[in-house]
Formats: sequence, C-alpha cells, structure tokens
Amino acid sequence: MATIFIDNIPYQVQDGQNLLSACLSLGFNIPYFCWHPAMHAVGACRMCAVKQFRDENDTRGSIVMSCMTPATDGTRISIEDDDVREFRAGVIEFLMINHPHDCPVCDEGGECHLQDMTVMSGHVYRRYRFKKRTYLNQNLGPFINHEMNRCIQCYRCVRFYRDYCGGRDFNVFGAHERIYFGRCADGTLENEFSGNLVEVCPTGVFTDKTLRKHYTRKWDLQTAPSVCPHCGLGCNTIVGERYGSVRRILNRYNHEVNGYFLCDRGRFGYEFVNGSNRVLQPIIRDSSNNSKNSNQPVQETEVLEHLAKIWRSSKGIIGLGSPRATLEANFSLRSLVGPENFYLGMSEPESKMISRIIQVLRSGPVHSPSLREVELCDAVLILGEDVTNSAPRLALSLRQSVRQKSMEIADRLKIPRWADAAVRQAVQSKKGPLFILSPFATKLDDIATETLRIDPNDIARFGFQVAHEINHEAPEVADLQPNLKELAIRIAAALKQASMPLVVSGTGSGTLSVINAAANVAWALSDKGEKAGLFYTVPECNSLGLGLMGGGSLRECFEKVNSDSVDTLVILENDLYRRAPAEMVESILRKCKHTIVIDHLFSKTIQKAEVVFPCGTFAETTGSFVNSEGRVQRLYRAMPETGEILESHNWILEIIKTVKPDATDHLLNIDSICESITREFSIFKPLLELAPSSQFRAIGQKIPRQSHRFSGRTSMSANISVHEPKPPDDSESPLSFSMEGYPGIPPSSLIQRFWAPGWNSGQSVNKFQSEINGPLLGGDPGKRLIEPSTGNKWNYFSDIPEANGHRDKEWLALPKFHIFGSEELSRFGASISERAPKPYVGISSQDADLLDKKEGEKVSLVIDNVLLNLPAHIINSLPRGVIALPVGISNLDGIELPAWARIVENSNG
Amino acid sequence: MLDLLKGIWTVFKHSFRKRETVLFPEEKPNRPPRWRGRIILSRDPDGQERCVACYLCAAACPVDCIALQATQDEHGRRYPAFFRINFSRCIFCGFCEEACPTYAIQLTNDFEMSEYYRPNFVYEKEHLLINGPGKYHDYNFYRVAGISIGGKGKGESENESLPVDIYSLKP
Amino acid sequence: MGEPIRSIIVLAAIFVGVLATAAGLIWLERRLLGLWQDRYGPNRAGPFGSLQVVADMIKIFTKEDWIPPFADKPVFIIAPSIIVVTTILSFAIIPFGPGIQIANLNIGLLFFLAMSSLSVYSVALAGWASDNKYSLLGGLRAAAQMLGYEVFMGLSLTGVIILAGSFNLSDIVNAQRKMWFFIPQFPGFLIFLIAGLAETRRIPFDLPEAENELVAGYHTEYSGMKFGMFFVGEYMGVTLISALIATLFFGGWMGPLLPPPLWMIIKTFVFICFFILIRATLPRLRYDQLISFGWKLMLPLALLNIVVTGAVAIAIN
Repeated sequence: MATIFIDNIPYQVQDGQNLLSACLSLGFNIPYFCWHPAMHAVGACRMCAVKQFRDENDTRGSIVMSCMTPATDGTRISIEDDDVREFRAGVIEFLMINHPHDCPVCDEGGECHLQDMTVMSGHVYRRYRFKKRTYLNQNLGPFINHEMNRCIQCYRCVRFYRDYCGGRDFNVFGAHERIYFGRCADGTLENEFSGNLVEVCPTGVFTDKTLRKHYTRKWDLQTAPSVCPHCGLGCNTIVGERYGSVRRILNRYNHEVNGYFLCDRGRFGYEFVNGSNRVLQPIIRDSSNNSKNSNQPVQETEVLEHLAKIWRSSKGIIGLGSPRATLEANFSLRSLVGPENFYLGMSEPESKMISRIIQVLRSGPVHSPSLREVELCDAVLILGEDVTNSAPRLALSLRQSVRQKSMEIADRLKIPRWADAAVRQAVQSKKGPLFILSPFATKLDDIATETLRIDPNDIARFGFQVAHEINHEAPEVADLQPNLKELAIRIAAALKQASMPLVVSGTGSGTLSVINAAANVAWALSDKGEKAGLFYTVPECNSLGLGLMGGGSLRECFEKVNSDSVDTLVILENDLYRRAPAEMVESILRKCKHTIVIDHLFSKTIQKAEVVFPCGTFAETTGSFVNSEGRVQRLYRAMPETGEILESHNWILEIIKTVKPDATDHLLNIDSICESITREFSIFKPLLELAPSSQFRAIGQKIPRQSHRFSGRTSMSANISVHEPKPPDDSESPLSFSMEGYPGIPPSSLIQRFWAPGWNSGQSVNKFQSEINGPLLGGDPGKRLIEPSTGNKWNYFSDIPEANGHRDKEWLALPKFHIFGSEELSRFGASISERAPKPYVGISSQDADLLDKKEGEKVSLVIDNVLLNLPAHIINSLPRGVIALPVGISNLDGIELPAWARIVENSNG
Repeated sequence: MLDLLKGIWTVFKHSFRKRETVLFPEEKPNRPPRWRGRIILSRDPDGQERCVACYLCAAACPVDCIALQATQDEHGRRYPAFFRINFSRCIFCGFCEEACPTYAIQLTNDFEMSEYYRPNFVYEKEHLLINGPGKYHDYNFYRVAGISIGGKGKGESENESLPVDIYSLKP
Repeated sequence: MGEPIRSIIVLAAIFVGVLATAAGLIWLERRLLGLWQDRYGPNRAGPFGSLQVVADMIKIFTKEDWIPPFADKPVFIIAPSIIVVTTILSFAIIPFGPGIQIANLNIGLLFFLAMSSLSVYSVALAGWASDNKYSLLGGLRAAAQMLGYEVFMGLSLTGVIILAGSFNLSDIVNAQRKMWFFIPQFPGFLIFLIAGLAETRRIPFDLPEAENELVAGYHTEYSGMKFGMFFVGEYMGVTLISALIATLFFGGWMGPLLPPPLWMIIKTFVFICFFILIRATLPRLRYDQLISFGWKLMLPLALLNIVVTGAVAIAIN
C-alpha cells in the first residue's frame, strides 16, 4: 500500500498503479479518453492532467498526466487546482473543435464518454468559429457503423483492435490533422471482437449498427443482467429491451469472466429474439390430420387440457433436456418425468465428452481457470480446438496470456506494466509460448509459437506423448514419428518452465481422446508440482450444467423409444435434428405417439410436434447457466411476459400442476426449484447463494429495470389503451419492470445497467468496481461449482487411440466451427446470418488437385449413408486426407463428426 | 370589531366593481406568443420533418407522455417512425420544446382541446405534424449537423470544409 | 273559505317557500360570493345561472347514495333527517304576516330554542355513525360549539322577551309597532346574530366541517341525498335565523305600503345576504378561539344585557 495525498488529504492506494486508476478507484472523477482499464495508459489525450507537488512546501507544482504518473508513496497531487482545471478545459476545447453538431442524431448520445467528460471539464461554450474538418465514412459491415467526423483521435480503437485483439484490417491512416481510423478500403471488419469498438470508442465514431435499426437511447432501455447464451463461456451481458423487442446487448463487467469485452456473436447474436420465426402461441397439431396446415394457435388452458389428455392415455413419458435451457427448466422437466425418464438432449459424442470433462474436472487435481486467470497464464497448449470460433472470448484472453512471459522484459527494464506504449515498445513482437494443435489454421496462429496440423486422433496421440514427456508416469505413445516426438519434448519443456501453464481443449474436435489427452497433460504438469490450468470449451451455454445434473444419453433415449415402453416425448428447447442424424430422429418421432416441444424458434422438430409450448429466449428467462469453467451464473429476464410466452420452467410448472394436480409438494417458483436442485444434487449447493432470492429488497425496494430517466411511460401504449397498464409483476426476481425502486448500486449479480451521476457511458463501471480492474463491489457474481479435488485418487488415461491413417477413397470429415453460423440461435439473426458462411466442404489443396476440384465446384460425398452435395472450399492448411464440414450450417445439422466420408463422382455436375 | 365591519364594508363595495372573469367561449382570452398550448411538430424551411427522433423531449417530459421510435431513410436521415403524445397526461410545461435541439417540437396558442372521449387525446405524428416551421423560420438542423443525408454529402454543411484527403502527405 | 283550508294553504305556502328558498340559496350564495369576489359564479344554466339549482338537484338525486360498510347504519340514515325536520318545524312559529302563521304558540320562542337544540343531535350522530375519525372529530366539535352558543342565544333573547312581555312571536312583532327592538336591544341583536351564525355552522364558525383539517367533518362519509339534506339543512337554518332576526329585532312583517308577507320576505333576504357577505369576508376561527369567544365573551355580554334590560324595564315601569 502507498499513501498519496490528493488535495492534501492522505489516501491509501495499491502499489504499482498509475495515479489515474488510483484516483478513480478512490472515487474521484478525473476526465480521460485514451486510457482504458484493460488497455492501460498511453498518455495521448492529455485530459487526465493533475497537478503534482514535490512535497508539502511546494506551492507551484507542475501539471502531469495522471495516467502516466505512478502512484508512489508520498505522491502529492491536486485534482481541483485552478491551473489544472483550466488546462483540462483547454484540452477538451481543442478536442471538441472539429466535433460535429451531431448529438441529437448520434447513437452514442446519452451514453457518450465525450459528453460526460466535456461536462465534467466544464467546457460549455464553443468559441471556435472556423470550418470544421470532415471525413468520408466507410462501410464496416453489418455490425459497426462508422462516423469518422466525430473522432477525437484518442487512438483507443486502433489500440484495441490491433494491439489487444490482434486484428490486422483496421488501422490509423494519414498525417497530422488528417488522421483517419478505419480500414484501407470499405469492407467488413474481420476481427471477432470488433463489436467492442462500440464501447471502447469514447464517442460516436463506432456505433452498433444492429441497434441503429431500432434505435433507442440508453435511458429508455429496460435492462436486466443476463448471461450470453451463444457459447459455453457464459459472458455476462446486459440485455436492453424497449417496446417488446430486444434492442441490444452490452457487456456486463465481470472481473473473473468476460471483463470489459464480448465477442461479436454475443453482442450481435440477439436478433433471433425479435425474428419472425419465433413461436408466439401454443400450438396443437391434429394428430389425425398430419398436414402442415393443421397446426392452430390455441389458448393456454386449451393446450394444457390437451396435454392432460395425452398424459392420461400415454404408457410412458420421456423428457429430453437441453444444454441451452436453464438449470431450472431442465430440473423441472426432470421432476415432471422422473429422474429415470430424463435424458440429456445432447448428441451422443457430445454427452460422452461432457461427462468426461466433468469427470476430469471433478476428480482430477487441476483447476479450471476463469477467463481472467487464462490471461495470466504464461504458456498455453491448445489441443484440437478452434477457440476463436467455438469459444471466441477465450481466444481474446489467450491473446493476452501470450504477453505474460514477455512482460518480464518490461519488468527488467523497470517499465510499469500499465505504461502500455512503452511496454509494447520494449517487448516488440516477443510472445510467450503458445502451441496450437489443430487440423486447420486457426485465428490464433499468428501468435502461436508452433502449430501442428494433424487430425484429432493424432492430436490426442501427440497430447498423450506431451504428457509422457512432462511426467514419465503418464503413458507413452509407442509409434510416434520422431519429428513429432521432438516437438512434444519442446512443448513439454516450455510448459514445465512456465509458472502457470494452461492446457486448452474441448468438444470442438468431437473426439473423446483429445479430452483425455488434455487431461493427461494438465495432470502431468500438476503432478510435477506446476500450478497448471485446464480449460475445456463446451458447445453450449449450459452444457456443463446439464451434464452435472446427469441423465441418459440421446442414444439410450432412442433405444427406450424403440423398445415401445414409451410413446410420449417431452422435448425442452431442443432441435433433435441438430443432435442426431435426420433419419434416426424421424424414425423416433414417428414412433412416438405424442411429441411435446417447449421451444422459442420454429425448428424441424417443432414442425413434427403435436403440442408446442412457446417459451422465452434468454432475454425472457430467469434462470441459471453453468459455464465451461464450472461457474454457475444467474440471468434475469429483460422483457416482461408478452402474450402466451412463458419461461420454460414456468410452462413445465404449469404442466406439473395440470397433470399432477394432487402433488403439491415443492416446485412453485424459481426459488423453490433452486432449493430442490440443491436438495437433490449437493454440487449445486452454491446455487442458493448465487443471487439474492426473489424476495430480496434493497432498502425495501425492488431493483428497477428501467432507468430513472425512462420515458414514454404514459404514452407508449396509449394507442392501444389510454389507461396506463399496471407494470408487469416479476415474482421470480428482485428486479421490477418499473422506474421506481432502489436507485443505488445493487448487489453485483443484479447490476442492470452501468450508470453513475456524471458518468452516463459504460465507463461508469469504475464506480461499480472495488478498484480499477478489480472485482465488482461485493464480489463478482457467479459461483464456481467445481474445484479441483486434492485428496482424490486419479489415474492417467491410458486408452491411446490408434492413428487414423489414410484410407483409400475415403476422407476423414472433421467439424469446423464458425463463430457466425455454427451456433444454433444466433444464426437466425439478420446481421449474424450475413456473416455466416454458405454450406461448403473444405478440402486441402492437394486433395483438390487429386479430385480435380476448384474452389466452388460441387463435391458429392456420402457420410453415414447421407449424400451431400456441397461446393468445394479449398483450405490450404488442411492435412491430406481430411475434409472439413462447417458445423451447424443449415442442411449439415445432425451429422456426427468426425466421420469417414466417401467422395462420389458427381453425376449431375 | 371595527376592523371586521371595515372588512365587511370593503367586500360589499366589490358589488360595484368590474368582474375579472373572462367569459371564455364567447370572449377569447388574449394569449402571448409564447403561450404553452397544444404541441405540434414543425417542418424545416425545406419542408422536411424537423424532428430527428433524438428522444430528448421524451426524456425531458415530466409526465412521460411522449413516446417515439427513431428510424432513418436510406440516406441516413433520422426521423420518427411514430411520435405519440398523450395529451390526457400532458401538463403543458414546455420542457419538450426547451429540450428540442432542432426546434421541431413547439407549443402553440391553441388550448381548446376538450374531448368527451379520452383516447381522442392521443395524438400520433400525423396529428402533430404541421406544414410550416412554426415559431422559428430559418433553422434547419441537418444544414448544421455533420452527418450526411440525401442531398447533402460530407463536408457540405454550414461551416464545414470538404472531406480530408487521407492520402495526402502535405504538411 | 274555512279556517282549516286557510291553515292548509298557509302551511303549504310556508313549507314550499322555505324549501324553495333553501334550494335557491345554493345558487344565490354562489352568485353573491362571485359578485363580492369580482367573479360571476354560476351563470351558464338558465338565465343568470338560476337553473343551476335544478342541475345541482338532479346531480344530488342521481348520485350514488353510499353507506359505508363500517357505519352504524340506522343512525347514519336518521342523522341527516333530524336537521331538516327540526329546522322545518321551527318555521311553524314564525309569523309571515298578521295571522299568516302555522302555529301561534304562546311559547313560540322556547319552541324554536328547543328545536335548534335538537338539531345538535343530527350533527353529533352523523359524526358518530360514520365511524370515521374526521367525522367523529367534526361531530364532537359541532356538539361542543352548538351547546356553547345555544346558551347565550337563549339568553340574548331574554331582553326581547322582557320588552315584549311574551314568548309569542306575534306578540313580539306587535310589540315593535313603536320601535324595532334592535334599537333598545342592540347588544342582544348582535349576540343573537353571532350565535345564529354559530348555530348554522357557517363561516367563520364552520369548524365542524373545516375541510383543511377534517376533510368535510361530520358529513365526510355522506353522499347523494343524505349529504344533500345536510346541505339544504344548512340553508334552511340560515333562512330560519334570518327570519327570526327580522321577526325579533326588525319588526317582522311590519312595514309601510307593501303587504306584510312581502316585508317579511324582504327583511329575511337582507339578513340572508348579510350572512353571505360575512362568509365572503371573514376567515375561519381557530377552534379554541371559538369556544373561549363563546364562553368568556358572549355569555357574560348576554347576561349583562339581561341585567341592564331588566333594570331599565323595572325603572320605566
């Protein structure tokens, strides 16, 4: 701790910070632009000036930039000194000279850091009478809108995009007052984190293009804390709603998980919620007349009556859970059908991998790090996972982790780590070790120390060998090529040297042995006394939660249906056609007399269902997800109940009430579901402390979802009825659909918006943190369920797979994930689908020559007796004998990969 | 006691005074130009909608009786997709007019707005929009703003220089 | 024409006249207040707004007549009728002309005092039956105020009785042939005027229904015609007191040229207008001021008046 004097009052601050973050941590307001808590200081904007004094006798002092000055013991500064106030007012006046008269039509208005800082610095009157500089804008793709006139040249965007995210297609151009931030030509920003420019830019140069389609000011949004449903990482988000549709997603700072940034899929993937293929009403399809047109929307009571009829007549009922439904929904389905009839709605290989991951994490000695801990790791081995596409936010953290090792250079030169420009100058392009084993090139290859392109079985074999090289107790792979063996030794050495090595793997390769191999490597490191981390990515937002709850696999479910002991299937938020081959699904659905689906988007499964219940999306659901780290997190609905749409668990509670009217035991609402879950599974104990219960009140009041400036309350529904409706009641959470309620900072798991007096932009997060870059006040939300066991006995996996080798006329088809398109829900959004690839088959250039196929030519291949006719896409990085198929792209759903594919001669060209 | 009688006498003398009441429907009261009556949306001198749907009037409204939704045409010009004022809630405080950065929303002299049926007080954009510039004749926000709209490119606003040539190396 | 028919005509005329006057006062009071406050008052319904009374009556008859579920129902219903009945009964003894009188009682004045005492029940019971703290407070205030002012109201009239030598109102009128009693009995007149204001609970003595403290006092819970009875009862009280002042101090129906009933009506209306003028002028008293004013000032004055009048009467005789 150091003592600094601010306007002659002593304060205790953490060592090793700059004055700006120290002062902000203490709650002072100092204006700033170029400094960003995650990207640290460059001292470019000159806004954060303070006056520093040598000692208590020094009365003149000198103006310094607080972001560039270390907060050492005995530092004496003044924030409110007249000189320095004048200085700051002068700087902001200069910065504002060319700023256009745009605020009314600017999307940033109302949450603009520049507005806040201008007001804070006291610049109220424009004296500049000359012409303003203008720029031409660029079209930056479907996510980001560009309005260069508003730029104040703080350089945050280019630092974020290039230095922090490793983007290459965006830069700063021009000279002196003609400086331009953009691409060298119009075009879509390629980086997967470009959406963060919206929040990083202090003014309205980069704004959310999807929000622009239904623009709403920040103060008019009804917001609630949520968790991103688009991958397994569980990034914290804020969902904003207005007039019954989701308007945008913002990052919700969580120190341990996503920090300040989201990926573009998480930020822009919300549009499916407002899409046209939402199920809006319960549907009963006449089973006697199975044509498409016989489905008729019905009322809630009617559909429940119909369901009761089905229940009475059925001989056996099976419930299929969903890895994208909340814990609460899955558990209530499990209670409805009984644990023995509850099956995981995951594909066969996926459920095997998930249960293996859980087994590894629960019984093994290795810690599963959070994303923040990933950033601190100084050597990384990635086994068969295309992180940028399957768990994008993790890739950003990994990008920071390779800087850890090279930071030592700066430390040696005594450059403080927060002096970003100086550190990068000292470090140059030196990077810590990162090894990527993948069948094809990944977006992280540019920072990798070494990459290896081999198929998943070989990745697993190689991983086993690395584990053996780290610790000879681990099994050895007998017949590995010598050059690979050598590489394994190099990787093992690099991992052993590191102070915090990390192994990343996951379900992306579709191969169980890769997961085993990753466990072996991490365990071997841990066995050697290293503080290792093991990060498994999981495909969906609640894969791990569902896996922890447990249940039969999809194949077991199908077997049970085939055994004729059941005839009714209750499917929760699941499209079976994505989980299993279409043929198999169809036969099962034919076999079942009654199929009941609870889902929010029209899927192939819904088209076959007899009864459909419309449930809420993540924006209309309160519940909990378990992320890939094993952290359970609570999300709250941002939208009030509209029409016939209920949350999944509430539909199931309604069903329970209807079909078991006498069983009035436990499940009433989300609180009692959580209690039941913890009673049944001891691992979910933390669920009770996860977030305040629905009865929680802050000083007797609910937490308002609407801001205190929320507008249009007495007018927004006046065209329907001039009498204002009563605000919808939310009995499931301590949040209210109202502007009235607790005005202060709520408990961290209930933070519905970042706002502080004078800080209208998201930068106000500093008022919610215990210190800059530290946890939120009162601790970060979310509770870890899985901690490494210390006493447990564990054994290295020894089932080393055989090498796939080459087969004549057959190709090994591997799954290739795409950040835009592979995920089930986000692909239905307009802007995401614009970025999604068309169906293709990726073949290596050698194979392309062999088959005499050029880019775009149709290739016919047979996998599992399914004939696919796809345009060829040549991927140079693919090894020979391997083809890649995009996951989750329209008609490629449900194929279990990896699989052997036969390429057949194309008859129709 | 005498004071009481004096008071009574004073009041009695008022029997012969002129009455202050303005007998409204027969006799129209005199309204100053800045009278705060029925709210209208005006057009700029070019005949285009002045409202740029910035939501400031809605935010300023103390009774929250203004609701709107922004949208834009293909050239980027912002305008309200709908604009609704619930006059049965309006208190005619004029904050919306004060908040308006484009002089679009203005309060007029008209106050004769009685209705027998409350929904008639809900005015949509077609009821609010008039065909002239209202009290402010010359102002045109888009002539001053930095964004480009149909018919006005970058650098063509008042007091703007042409877009910079970022490839230039001139000092 | 037989005597009974004449009595019935007189009775009907007085009854209808009193009710019509009370109703008309609703309009007259608002018009006069308007006049004295430089406004118009009701001027829309009918000529000069005179049909306002009809409009008010239609409104008051068609309003929901609601009895609170917590009220003491029988009492709640009876209370408003008491005030109307007692006030109307009081009119029986007032002579509107020589022989134009319903009951020429020889204890006429005592009958009036008895009736006005009974009207306290109306207010007190209404406040009690409403089972509402504001009503109860209003009722209690009314009871205390009316009892207190009752005392010297009676005493203030003793001077008149001494001068006239009779309780009979016709006799009292006839005794004023030479001189109206307000000259020899000026203090008595003043005291009676003030007591009359208090009896009818009008400004400045309307504390039982002080709206800024007690909502509407004893009639808070009343609506529809039950409230209307209190409302009309008050105006009948004003008419009654005005008629009595005219009778007791200003020679009743006596006057030159015009027929006697007309004189009586003119004099009554002058005092009604005076009551309204007082309402237009004076603010409401504080409750403790009201009570101490009654007991500490008016009562001794009334007693003094009796002593002086008695002494003078003895001296002259």
